Formats: sequence, structure tokens, C-alpha cells
Amino acid sequence: MSKKKIATVWLGGCSGCHMSLLDIDERILEVAQLADIVKCPIVDGKEFPEVDIALVEGAITSDEHLKEILHIRKQSKILISLGDCAIMTNVTGMRNYFNLKDVLETSYVGSISNDDAGEMPNHWALLKLKDKVYPLQEIVEVDYSIPGCPPSADAIFYVLSELLNDRIPDLSEAKKMKHG
Amino acid sequence: MDNSNKKQIVISPVTRIEGHAKISLQMDDSGQVTDARFHVNEFRGFEKFCEGRLYTEMPVISARICGICPVSHAISSVKACEMIQGVEPTYAGNLLRRLMHVGQNISSHALAFFHLSSPDLLLGYDSDPAKRNILGIAEKYRDVAIRGIRLRKFGQEISERITGKKIHAMGIAPGGIAFPLTEENRLALLNWIPEAKETIHIGINIIKKFHDENEAMVKSFSPTPTLYLGTVGSGGQHELYDGKLRFVDADGVILQDHVEPKRYLEFIAERSVNWSYLKSPYYKPYGFEKGIYRVGPLARLNVASRMKTPEAQVEFEQFKKINNSKPVHGTFYFHYARLIEALSGIEEAEIILNDKLITDKHVQHFARWNNHVGIGCSEAPRGTLFHHYITENTGKIKKVNLLIATGQNNPAMNRSILDVAQQYIHGDKIEEGMLNRVESAIRCYDPCLSCSTHAMGDMPFMVELVNAEGKILKRIARDN
Ligand code: SF4
Repeated sequence: MSKKKIATVWLGGCSGCHMSLLDIDERILEVAQLADIVKCPIVDGKEFPEVDIALVEGAITSDEHLKEILHIRKQSKILISLGDCAIMTNVTGMRNYFNLKDVLETSYVGSISNDDAGEMPNHWALLKLKDKVYPLQEIVEVDYSIPGCPPSADAIFYVLSELLNDRIPDLSEAKKMKHG
Repeated sequence: MDNSNKKQIVISPVTRIEGHAKISLQMDDSGQVTDARFHVNEFRGFEKFCEGRLYTEMPVISARICGICPVSHAISSVKACEMIQGVEPTYAGNLLRRLMHVGQNISSHALAFFHLSSPDLLLGYDSDPAKRNILGIAEKYRDVAIRGIRLRKFGQEISERITGKKIHAMGIAPGGIAFPLTEENRLALLNWIPEAKETIHIGINIIKKFHDENEAMVKSFSPTPTLYLGTVGSGGQHELYDGKLRFVDADGVILQDHVEPKRYLEFIAERSVNWSYLKSPYYKPYGFEKGIYRVGPLARLNVASRMKTPEAQVEFEQFKKINNSKPVHGTFYFHYARLIEALSGIEEAEIILNDKLITDKHVQHFARWNNHVGIGCSEAPRGTLFHHYITENTGKIKKVNLLIATGQNNPAMNRSILDVAQQYIHGDKIEEGMLNRVESAIRCYDPCLSCSTHAMGDMPFMVELVNAEGKILKRIARDN
């Protein structure tokens, strides 16, 4: 049996979900025995490859995220929403109650520590923010969700090891789903 | 500004960061790199959406700014809340918070060194990119990888054993903390100290060996002088949790000393630039051009008069010799500084865990809204972090200002990228190893926005030669 391929992706989130993934600690070596982590914000400048499992942290906040998640969906057999931002936008989506222009101006024009010579970020190299932040399942079909802010390392490891052993994870097991 | 005749190279970590950061290098016609821009592509808008919330929610909400240094955000935030209430934390509550803060610093520094940087140091900058990560280290140096993973775990475990959660812990609240530490958990952490110390010494040996074997490169690695800002204790000693601000200039002359953090606006201003979502702070008395300062491990060691703990002090004295007691400017020395701080953190954790009152049950004072303004500050792993809230009579937030560590290093990061690029890139011939060096200039700062992204290995590179309008002239992907 050839080794499975895993990718992990960071969209609009705080990286806490990825840190929780790292909190599986030494068990990362067990995962590495069963699968190649081909794209964990790592590897190289190639396109997102075809993978068996994609874990996605964060919500969709910009044009680039949107393009990316559509591509990731196409390339992934199983797509997992990792954490509350991906599932229901969570803190990242708190800006949805405000108008984007106000949100930007509060940071870049109206901030107490700003001097008077500032400009609004609008360079071609920057991503274009969407007016609203979207959870993944509003844009693409999601196969599994691991809730939590962040999900516990045990929950992440449990889901990964079930899938890597061709079993269907039973997310109702409450003790595995400790989250806050 | 942008001149369309000039070529630009864009280094876009497309796959790694998925739009979180790009580097563009501008070249003149003779193939010399003339400008470097680090485009930070992330924006979430905390300053706006926290308006209207209750100030006591801030420690919990603002921790979500960053999953790597959530404790620092919660601490800066809770101190701002305490200023609003006019309350002091209890002795044990304060000590437990200090312990959590130290723990986070250890785990963040372990991540930066063992997971992210050791692959470059042990496997080589020009080694196979597919293996240049912590799993590649595990194949070749299994003990180092496992130890590094366990050192990070030790730091995370401190939060877990106090609050029941490793990331975004609950319970850091005005007046102290919600949970006392049990004796069982105290012992479990204390028993971990010897292993943690051993590991950090292994790390220190790795970096020293690298310094010895690569002296020329280490010394010439982006050594442009800047000012430095860090927190010091009452005797000028290195401090992360509670203290006053000290600014020093490039020669080590103290510009400001024992400044109360709540006066930060007198000394720091920032400017928004159109090419990045990250603002550019500067030392106000010197202005935007001349006021470039750095924060973080290198800065803290450069401003400190001494370390608080004995083993870290021994290393500190060696660190000070690098530039004859003057500030160390070489960006590569961030690594060494980080390890010295981690060692000091482990020693401090041991002292705290041996404090008789650490398991005291009286962990929180209670108070109510009393003042409109709160300003809190702490040293996050990557540098000085300010939270500033203005509230209405009801305690509703009217205005939030956040001055974040990585932001303060932003102007210096641009400068460092330019330094390295000028040294290693000539003409439009771009080799993989060179790109990695530009990238590693950024990695020295361990900027928050990319920590998790190269948490498991290396940053991919897509380099584009583009004109000023962004039209791609040539694209080079790093060969795997
Ligand atoms: S769910 Fe929580 S931990 Fe995960 S990215 Fe969002 S805020 Fe961070």
C-alpha cells in the first residue's frame, strides 16, 4: 500500500489550530510513518498536489483564500475543517458585523499610535479582502469538521489516525472532543 | 515611487503562506538589488470588532490574535484590564501567570529553534528542501528532534497543567487567574526541569558549533545597526513579564530608561504603508527614517544589564563578548539570544515552582470598572507587546490600539532582507540556496505570521521577476 498524502493549510486564522496539531508532539513521527506530509505550509513552490487528506485552518477572508480553497477541494479526497474559524468563522468572522472600509480605516487611519503620513494598504502584491468572512462549507463541500478553538491535539490525532488506517472517525466520542 | 523601467523580483511563498507574505526585490538595470519589501498579507481587524465589547472579554478575544503567543496577548490585555479596574493581582495568581508566560516563551523558542531553524543548521542551507524540516531532522538526528519536540511540549504543558488547555487557555482574568495549581501538577512540571535544561544546552551547543564553523557568514549576516527596545527589571536585568521599558541606541547608549509602559505613545509612533498590511513603527524622537528599532530576543539581550538566573548569566557574558559589550547587530545572533532566553526561562520556571506560595488557593482579587483607560504591556516571544483600551462608563470598549512585536520589527526586517539580497543576489540569476538565505533573514526574526506556516519544515519559494505593475516577466520555482 502506498503511503497516504496529507496537506495542512492556514487560511484566515491565528495559527492556533496548527499549533494544536503540533501539540500531538512525538506522535507526529507516527503520523509520518503512515503518511507523507506533502504540504504543511511546507515543501516547495509547486502547486497544491493531489492529497488524500487536507486539514484546513481558518476562514475565507480574501480573494486568494477563495481561489485556494476551490483548488484544495479539487485536489483533496477528504477535506477537513480544522477548528472553529474554518467551521463558523469564529473570531476571524467578528468583523462581519462591520463595514470593511470602517474596519480598515480603524486600523490604518484612526489608530492612536499612527502618524499623519500613512497610506491605506492597496498594493498589487497584497490580497484583496472580501467584504465578509466565510466559513469553508459555505464555499466548498467539507467532509469532516474538528471543532474547538483550537481543537485539542488528541482530537486531531484521533481523526488523523483513524483516517490513515482507513477507518471512519467517530466524532461523537465526547472525551476526544475536549475543546474550549 | 515605483518606476516601471525597473525590474522587481517577487518572492512569494505561495504554497507556504497562501498569501500571508511576499517579498519583492527591486533591481536596477545593472542587476543590483536596490529595495526590498516584505509584504504582509494578513488582516483581521481586531481594533474595530472589539469596539463595543466589554473590556473583561479582551483577554479571551485578543488571545486569538496569535496561536503561538496567546499567553502574551492575554497578559498584556489583562494588565490593561487591571489598570481599568485599579486592581493588583494576588501573589499566587500573579506568579502563576508569570509561570505560564515563561512556559509560552520556552515553547515558542523551542519551536523557532528546533522545528524551524535546526534543519538549516544541521542539514545545511543547501540540502534537499524536501527533507529540510523537523521530520528530516528526526531521520538523521532522532534524539535532537525528539528532545526539541519535548521541550516545546514542556512549555505547552505548563499552560495545560494550570488551566487545562495548552492554547488559548481560559482563566487569565483581572486580579489574577481563575485556577490554582495542584501539588501533583507542580511536581510533574518540576520533574521535567532537568530534561528541559539538558535539551536547551544541546541547542546552545548546536548554535555555538555553527558559529565556529561559519564565522564569516554569521558575522556578515545582516549586521545593519538599529536601535533596540526591551523590558528590564528594576536593576536593569532581563525581564519578560513585568518591568519598565528601555531603549538603547546602536552603540548601546541608553536613550530612555525605566519608562512606564503606559507612556509608550511618547516614544513610539507608527506609519501605515500601502504595500503591506503590517504597519511600520519607529522611535518617535528620531522620526520615521532614523527611528528603526528592533524588539525580541536579540533586542532584550542588547538592552539588559544582566540575566536573572545563573546559567543564563554565563551565556549572557559570552554573548556580550561578541561585540565588546556593545549591542550585537548581526541578525543571525537572534538564534543564540533566543536559546539564552529559553535557558533563563527554564531556570525561572524552576524558581517559581519551588516558591512555597505557588499552590496557594488565593489566586484572584475581584474589582469592578473604575477607570476609562487601560494600557498593558509584556514581552511576547517576539518582542514588546502593548494593548491599549479606552472604555465608556459602562466598561464598553470605545477604542483599541494594539502594538504587536512582529510589527515593530517590520522596518528592520525589510532592511535585513535588503542586506542579504544585496549580498547574495546579483543579476537575475537566482539560485535556490540564495533564496533560502533571504528567507532565513526573515526566519531569524521568527515573525509571528509565518511561524506556524513553516512549523513543519521549510518555506517554498516562487520567485517572480515582475515589473512595477505586477506583470510577470519571468517565474522561477524552487526546484524540489
Ligand atoms: S479556531 Fe481558534 S485556534 Fe483555530 S485559528 Fe481560529 S482562533 Fe485560532
